Amino acid sequence: MQALDLAVANLTSPPVLAFVVGVLAAAIRADIRLPDAVYQGISLYLLLGIGIKGGVGLREAELTAIVPAVGATLLLGVSVPLVAVGLLRVLTPLGPIDRAAVAAHYGSTSLVTFTAGLVFLEASGLPVEGFAATLLAVLEVPGIVVALLLARRYLSDTDGWGHALREVVTGRSIVLLVAGLLIGAGTGAAGYAAVEPFFGGIFVGVLTLFLLEMGVVAGRRLPDVVRVGPGLVAFAIGMPILAASAGVVLGLAVGLSVGGAAILGVLAGSASYIAAPAAVRLALPEANPGIYLGASLGVTFPFNLAVGIPLYTWIAQTLG
Amino acid sequence: MRQQLSLVTVIAEAVLEHRLVSEVRSAGATGWTITTARGEGSRGVRASEWEGGNIRLETLCSPAVADLLFAALEAHYFPHYAVVAFEQQVSVLRGEKYGA
Repeated sequence: MQALDLAVANLTSPPVLAFVVGVLAAAIRADIRLPDAVYQGISLYLLLGIGIKGGVGLREAELTAIVPAVGATLLLGVSVPLVAVGLLRVLTPLGPIDRAAVAAHYGSTSLVTFTAGLVFLEASGLPVEGFAATLLAVLEVPGIVVALLLARRYLSDTDGWGHALREVVTGRSIVLLVAGLLIGAGTGAAGYAAVEPFFGGIFVGVLTLFLLEMGVVAGRRLPDVVRVGPGLVAFAIGMPILAASAGVVLGLAVGLSVGGAAILGVLAGSASYIAAPAAVRLALPEANPGIYLGASLGVTFPFNLAVGIPLYTWIAQTLG
Repeated sequence: MRQQLSLVTVIAEAVLEHRLVSEVRSAGATGWTITTARGEGSRGVRASEWEGGNIRLETLCSPAVADLLFAALEAHYFPHYAVVAFEQQVSVLRGEKYGA
């Protein structure tokens, strides 16, 4: 597909349009948010569904294909926060603790961006390695830990550290994802067929509902971003492009398909807004949540959803 | 038979739930009740709007335990988190259950 076709196909997909509607609703202060329990239920469904599908793929994959891909993902998890801290130092007036807090979000990854990427690649006819969800699980934790360690020497109170590390490693997103991988790997393709109508058939519909909610929350974050200034906005767009390009190149280098390299790019380029904020709030209470959430949720997430995913796909097609 | 005890209420960011529960326990309270709460204060911003905004934690305890809990809140929570804490004197049945 050509670059423009990719962009148009992405922008007119139901999940992306639902997100746009959510942002507009936030702008006019309409209350269309999902009830808390429904939100929690849907996030559980998405995590488990992605995990189970990834587990089925993991069972069928060759170890020689998985190991280099996991290695490349770990390398991204460790290096992205380091690059992010350096870039923030150049682009923004933020102090060291706020820089580390933002870097933790960009070092980790986003389930919903990954899921939107999978849906997009499937619609574009680009196959993705079945074990891609394993890479999502691998990338979730190391970036947060690296960034928190960078900030540790600047802290006056490290009382929340144990709780923060526990939150990172046993948070519901990583636990549900790993649980799904285990279920999928244990049951295999034959077992998955029984739950496919629920976890596959209606998946994009449920994702659409979730993105409506995300739109409202992201829309509310926009004023925070404006307050911090153009440097942070430049970072929140430049960093994902840089990290995603590195992800695509590394993905192709370790033998992933074009679709697989594109999804590794999406993983590297996306910023966390569920696991990282909770951990950062506990470990770095002095950091301003308006800054890290504004950047990851207010700028990077919408950018990736609208522009990033087709852009990274195009980069993978061009290089692959 | 009624006894006088402290009812301590802490309203805080939901992300602090596990930490606050361990503070309550180590201060010596024998139990607590947590409900989700909504509201607005001077800080406004939450780390995660999806992890359930705020919690309201209540515990019945002796005034000495309340003092320990308040000291912990002052040292580690008030400077950087959205936390409201207050104490009321209440009459409680079976006060020995709560450390009277």
